[in-house]
Amino acid sequence: MAEELIEGQVGNSSDEGNVGDVMVVGGGISGIQASLDLAEMGFKVYLVDKSPAIGGKMAQLDKTFPTNDCSLCIESPKFIECSRHPNINILTYTEVDSVEGEAGDFKVTLIRKPRYIVEDKCRGCTTCTEYCPVRVPDKYNQNLSYSKCTHIYFSQSVPLITYIDPETCLFLKERKCNICIGVCKNKAIDLHQKAERVEIEVGAIVLAPGYEAFDARVRGDYGYGKMPNVVNGLDFERILCSTGPYEGEIRRPSDGKHPKKIAWISCVGSRQVIPGGNSYCSAVCCTYIQKQVILAKDHDAEIEATIFHNDIRSFGKDFERFYQRTANLPGIRFIRSYVSLGREIPESKNVTIRYSTPDEGVKEEEFDMVVLAVGLNPPDDVEKLASKLGIELDSHRFCKTNPGNPVETSRPGIFVSGAFGGPVDIPESVMTASGADALCSQLLAYRRGKLAKARVYPPERDVTGEEPRIGVFVCHCGANIGRVVDVPSVVEYAYTLPNVVHAQEDLFTCSTDAAQRIAEAIKEKGLNRVVVAACTPRTHEPLFRDTLREGGINPYYFEFANIREHCSWVHSREKEVATRKAKDLVRMSVARAALLQPLQEFQLPVDKRGLIVGGGIAGMTSALSLANQGFEVYLVERDKELGGIARRIHYTLEGMDVQAYLKNIIRKVYQHPLIHVLTETTISEASGYVGNFVTRVKSGEKVREIRHGVTIIATGAEEYKPTEYLYGQDDRVFTLLELEEQIVKKEAKVVNARSLVMIQCVGCRNEERNYCSRVCCNNAITCALKLKELNPQMDIYIIYRDMRTYGFAEEYYREAANREVRFIRYEPEDKPVVEAVREGGEHILRVTVTDPILGKKIALDADVLALAAAVIPPATNAEICKLFKVPLNPDGFFQEAHVKLRPVDFAADGVFLCGTAHYPKPITESIGQAYGAAGRAATILSKDSITASGAICDVDESKCIACGACISVCKYGAIEFYETPQGKKARVIPVLCKGDGLCNSKCPTGAISLKHFTDEQIFAAIDAAVPALAEVHR
Amino acid sequence: MGYEFEPKILGFLCNWCCYAGADLAGVSRYQYPTNIRIIRVMCSGRVDLSFILRAFSNGMDGVFVGGCWLGECHYITEGNHDAISVVHLCKKLLGHIGVNPERLRLEWVSASQGIRFAEIMTDFTKKLKEIGPLGISEGIDEKGLKFKLEAAKTLVPYIKLVERERLRVHFNTDEEYKEFFGREEVDRLFRELIADKLAISEIMLLLRERPLSTGEISEVLGLSSSQVSKYLNSSARQGLIRFDESQKRFVPA
Repeated sequence: MAEELIEGQVGNSSDEGNVGDVMVVGGGISGIQASLDLAEMGFKVYLVDKSPAIGGKMAQLDKTFPTNDCSLCIESPKFIECSRHPNINILTYTEVDSVEGEAGDFKVTLIRKPRYIVEDKCRGCTTCTEYCPVRVPDKYNQNLSYSKCTHIYFSQSVPLITYIDPETCLFLKERKCNICIGVCKNKAIDLHQKAERVEIEVGAIVLAPGYEAFDARVRGDYGYGKMPNVVNGLDFERILCSTGPYEGEIRRPSDGKHPKKIAWISCVGSRQVIPGGNSYCSAVCCTYIQKQVILAKDHDAEIEATIFHNDIRSFGKDFERFYQRTANLPGIRFIRSYVSLGREIPESKNVTIRYSTPDEGVKEEEFDMVVLAVGLNPPDDVEKLASKLGIELDSHRFCKTNPGNPVETSRPGIFVSGAFGGPVDIPESVMTASGADALCSQLLAYRRGKLAKARVYPPERDVTGEEPRIGVFVCHCGANIGRVVDVPSVVEYAYTLPNVVHAQEDLFTCSTDAAQRIAEAIKEKGLNRVVVAACTPRTHEPLFRDTLREGGINPYYFEFANIREHCSWVHSREKEVATRKAKDLVRMSVARAALLQPLQEFQLPVDKRGLIVGGGIAGMTSALSLANQGFEVYLVERDKELGGIARRIHYTLEGMDVQAYLKNIIRKVYQHPLIHVLTETTISEASGYVGNFVTRVKSGEKVREIRHGVTIIATGAEEYKPTEYLYGQDDRVFTLLELEEQIVKKEAKVVNARSLVMIQCVGCRNEERNYCSRVCCNNAITCALKLKELNPQMDIYIIYRDMRTYGFAEEYYREAANREVRFIRYEPEDKPVVEAVREGGEHILRVTVTDPILGKKIALDADVLALAAAVIPPATNAEICKLFKVPLNPDGFFQEAHVKLRPVDFAADGVFLCGTAHYPKPITESIGQAYGAAGRAATILSKDSITASGAICDVDESKCIACGACISVCKYGAIEFYETPQGKKARVIPVLCKGDGLCNSKCPTGAISLKHFTDEQIFAAIDAAVPALAEVHR
Repeated sequence: MGYEFEPKILGFLCNWCCYAGADLAGVSRYQYPTNIRIIRVMCSGRVDLSFILRAFSNGMDGVFVGGCWLGECHYITEGNHDAISVVHLCKKLLGHIGVNPERLRLEWVSASQGIRFAEIMTDFTKKLKEIGPLGISEGIDEKGLKFKLEAAKTLVPYIKLVERERLRVHFNTDEEYKEFFGREEVDRLFRELIADKLAISEIMLLLRERPLSTGEISEVLGLSSSQVSKYLNSSARQGLIRFDESQKRFVPA
């Protein structure tokens, strides 16, 4: 459709002749992360999204598992970061039309769909939405509520501008209505806009178009789309969310009543080899169901939740505990059963589900509401996208990648991140985004920084000697503030306040022209402090701080008064009182502003070398990637040889020849001129901070000091040595890794065995190790398939708890079942029993297990028994964590900075992690994460210096009594004692200080203070909250 | 006529959760009473005891502290745990000097809980209306209240030391904090370590105005003369005050 509307002209939306470094396709969390990392590395990025706003699916989620963090709260600051980054050019409502050329030199044609809004004029005030007469289902709320034909996609949208739906707009359809044109004070509406063709040139492309939720209408077997109280997982996210259709109350669509009995059906559209279904496992649904159950119970403790499930696939970090947390809630039933939907009860619109249990047989039960845990599909129109980009798809219609590099597509120079490479969760999407960045950076290292922009500001005027001269700018925000608060009277009032020398009102203080007026007023009227009374500092403070710099004064002389979110919007019916409150808020801000101090954001030089601890596949991949991006790397390995645990792995499920891969990568590592390999080396001391670490390493007797700017921890994991099931007592009992070695050697005893039994979850998913080792199910299937290949007659039994062959591994599980590998499920309270018995003169290894289908114990005589031994963290992690001051989780793996959005970062800046040091994972995922760590590390190494915030703590030594109160609470280790002629005093290490100010409130003498939030500044605001006291503080 | 008491409320909100929650209340247009004035801090752990006392001393009828839910602090320092201790301690202090501790309220509000913020504001305003204006409802005159809060403010550095030495605890839930600060032993510690100091601090403030006799002091502070003698003796021993024979009154040393 768009094609016909396009006129011949070529649009020019950027100022540098449309040349960039990288185009990122898709503005979900993966695309956002990819863009931010690349921009930080010094590449110019085009971030292209077909939606009216960036954010993707994550913006629609209520919370994220397993921490139940609010999804939008953690994602939306990244929107702002993208929109403010000088190296990122966001193109929303834009689609890729064609890609020509080759790696390093792509010519891309984009189509910008008409929004019918002039982007740079719209301020997002939503007055047009208010007046638009056409109600349309709100897509953001999964069509469960209504919005207007002219609207902003969702309230935190970036860009925060409206768009008009051409399908429903009365003007665009019938030339009937143009109310919006009349009410828009900024003349931002253009109903004659046409699609625009834009050509850009880039060196590399990152594909992050994400996924689509499986459409349960397709098969029509669950009543979705027909029965109003059958919703899908994404619908339920919106229902849970406070910005959702029912304002965060759980109601059901048919009658708005609070459902008390809710059923979740898992694997809808996944693990189904039937027409219209997907044969793979969507990997995220088991855990998102659990999240939704927990949240539903949070909303309403009375809710009875029933989860119909197959295997529970809690294979991720902390997922097992999350599952237990869900299962332990009152009123929860987990029922392992296939189900079919019964019928809708005409009067109540309740829905019945038929299922079966071993004890009671087939049952039919009525529910108030049913949630279908739909899986992940490739994006709509994926074939079209693939053909435009010239990339291949795999058999599931996701992007084809190779196991040795999960971020490479079939076309050089085009990389993939996020769920387009296969169903993954948010952390995986973020890691692979950083990984794709590392590969872009390898490809384009030669041009890094060439197109990057940095803002240039006039020199800063020193105003420290001057009396405060405050300018107050009060914003109408279209009608958002002005309609409730009497803005002119606030301006008038501001003039009467101490130190205020200028006050004015603006329709939109944030608009480019208004910001310019502030900068001019600073210069012309000699302002040395600025107060903007408008919206929230959480979104707009960076903008106005910039404005102050443009006006030539220190950015920390800026202060906000939030009279929109905290006043006009929440007191919209009380105009008079709201106006009084706005005046109070302005007075408080003015009082505080008078005491603000100029702060210096300081620059720290960066040592452009990296240290990587651990020479397994993850460590080597990171090392090679950093070196290929042009950075010198030290790779430290405590063993004699590189390779880590991969030296014992021969095959992967997908058929990768691990030893060949390993040999190749070890060769590359040794041959790379920028990589220094230090084997048989341990770390004895580590100090310093981001950009400037100093680490002492010991090789034999030799000790050397390495200076580096970043550290990557890739210390790997080990295999648990079982103490159960006769391991170590009977030579027919192996671990899976040992079994693999036997298979590779074609050991007759193993290969010619008549029967082989595997027991899963040995040493984990128990009290001692309350986690799933993630790789063992895949490994068991790998071994089983290999053995069936070598000896098709062999009887193979896999005794398991849940088969966790998530994602595409599901195919191999199915293949094993087809090849007659027998799967027998056991419960943890009824574990299999292994005995060595003597029968008829033979030593028999006998495994007894309850077969849940037969409902009785069966005995299996095994020639070989293989134990899926847990993956465990190495004991040395305890030392590493102390040396580098990074935390371990309760299971002994390293704890990343943020489970969802900083999966390869540590909270300590400049230290990263990857591979099984993070959590057990298959080789392919380790490689992806290793590229991710290299990508993140490169964002630091590619800079000459890094900027640290000015709002940090500082010690007034004359007041310090060296009591240590501050040091004891600063977990960042940012405060230390040092000797002065006046004795021991505390001092702040500025780079480590995060500016929370806890030390400030602990200091008994007021010696340490958090700059920008000092006692005096806060006292001034406290006092000014009372009108009569305002005068006192001058 | 038709005059209704409108409590003045001051709020200290952490940037990452509660302030963001208040922003979301705005974005979602949840209406709540106009009484609160908000001051943003980076972490609820930055909320100093002296902030709260100063707000009351300025005549605020209520003080609100809002932070991230336990376990969700933006910082690894977990300052919200310190905020909860400070608030519990301050409530004891307020109770001790005769101010209704319900005037101080701490709540956790996540960035996604706009509606919760609005509900809390509505509820807190309602409660404060029931409690009534500061001082008058407690039966303390403005001057007396200011005096007591002033004395408490001078004690803040000392209380910080006591908190660190004797009352620094770390629990995972609000209930555990509540249970701990409700314990008799904590009350005893408070009486022994803080209440006595507070009385001495009040006496010092009084003596700085004019010399007073034991009887006069006990009248002003509403304490028994034997208690006052005890405090005067210990203060004299510490060299804080002395007895002026000529005036037959105590004066600062």
